[in-house]
Amino acid sequence: MLTLIKDTLTSQVVTLWRVFSHLWVKADTVEYPDEQPYMFPRWRGRIILSRDPDGEERCVACNLCAVACPVDCIALQKTEDEEGRWYPEFFRINFSRCIMCGFCEEACPTNAIQLTPDFEMAEYVRQDMVWEKEDLLINGTGKYHDYNFYRVAGKKIGGKDKGEALNEAVPVNVRSLLP
Amino acid sequence: MTFEVGSGLSIGVILTTVILVAAMLIWVERRLLSFWQERLGPNRVGPFGLLQVVADMIKIFTKEDWVPPFADKFSFVLAPAIIMSVILLSFSVIPFAPGVGVVDSNIGVLFVLAMASLGAYSVMLAGLSSDNKYALLGALRAAAQMISYEVFMGISILGVVALAGTFNLREIVLAQEANGWYVIPQFIGFVIFLIAGIAESHRLPFDIPEAEQEICAGYHTEYSGMKFGMFFVGEYLGLVLIASLITVLFFGGWLGPAFLPPIFWFALKSFMFIAFFILLRAAIPRPRYDQLMSYGWLFLLPISLVNLLITGVIILSTS
Repeated sequence: MLTLIKDTLTSQVVTLWRVFSHLWVKADTVEYPDEQPYMFPRWRGRIILSRDPDGEERCVACNLCAVACPVDCIALQKTEDEEGRWYPEFFRINFSRCIMCGFCEEACPTNAIQLTPDFEMAEYVRQDMVWEKEDLLINGTGKYHDYNFYRVAGKKIGGKDKGEALNEAVPVNVRSLLP
Repeated sequence: MTFEVGSGLSIGVILTTVILVAAMLIWVERRLLSFWQERLGPNRVGPFGLLQVVADMIKIFTKEDWVPPFADKFSFVLAPAIIMSVILLSFSVIPFAPGVGVVDSNIGVLFVLAMASLGAYSVMLAGLSSDNKYALLGALRAAAQMISYEVFMGISILGVVALAGTFNLREIVLAQEANGWYVIPQFIGFVIFLIAGIAESHRLPFDIPEAEQEICAGYHTEYSGMKFGMFFVGEYLGLVLIASLITVLFFGGWLGPAFLPPIFWFALKSFMFIAFFILLRAAIPRPRYDQLMSYGWLFLLPISLVNLLITGVIILSTS
């Protein structure tokens, strides 16, 4: 019985005091609509399609994002322009399915698809959650400012032949014996 | 019509005030709990969220008041009415201030204890008539808990009754004016009454009859709409009742320095205890059911009996 009284005094009363002393600790709450929370730059929010520094679409319609997507919310169709550049004919993300996992961003070989810290995407009509390419495409480079896929890739397009890319050696003439 | 003990006006004012205070406690509890948990709590509706109560009321009144088809209709409807009425009846003997009260009963203490016993019927009827296993478990627990804690609740205030020589709550307060607050000679009785009071009003940490994590909401699992609201407000009414009883029995009721009106002192002291009950909810985890029972019968009962015995010996030896 004495131990019970001792435990009550040492444990319960101390607990009560510790909890009571939280009265003068500032609340952790961020009052959201009045006060915007700090969003970290790598937060996985609304998905965008970025452009390269020259202002062209980065997406080359390789379909890797659609393959990586665990909920199959990305749909796109590849097409080509007269210069030989690949680009998506349509690019559609169903945000009512998207789980913001960021696998598409990881899969993207051209840094085209990126996740942004924006999270305010609620809609009243479910159809409005399907975003087309013109909704997704932004006029900027996103997180990677200098990267231009066609400038570093060996693919031949109009105005840039084989061997003219950055850090690319001139193609070896296999028919010549000269070193 | 004059404002005196037992007049229609004072009955109306006390009834309204008590119910309003109990309703406001919903907001007070949520805010205080949130402060102790480093949150802000409801602060959107009105200044400091004060109108949260109004919003809750509108919500609970417009909800569907559904009686389950498998429930026993009569007792299902009766149960929430019982708890509200017995607790409101208990307030009739509380002396709020000189000249403020409903009845100056000579058996005020016994009346409160009797009404608390009747409150057990409410939870038992609610649990049985719901025909739901969680409700039944909650009712079983509530019945056992309320009946066992009533025993030492009664014994713990017998010391005060013996010191004051009366069962009349108003005279107990007046006796404290002469002899000093009874919390000093009856400290053990006060602690036991506090613990038993928490168990009687099944507040945390003794909310075993309605432990959400174990048995949903216990005896009011099947209740919805205003019937649930009556249990909810009834619980807060019980909280106010226990707080005002502690104030009256141990802390001198309305007594206090004269620069403030007596009713203010009564309200202040009661609010301190209400805040303490809310602090208990924020801090202390719920004991196991068998721990609660053994704690009551094996620890509180002997202590309260010894306390009563020593009080009796002292009274007899000094008189």
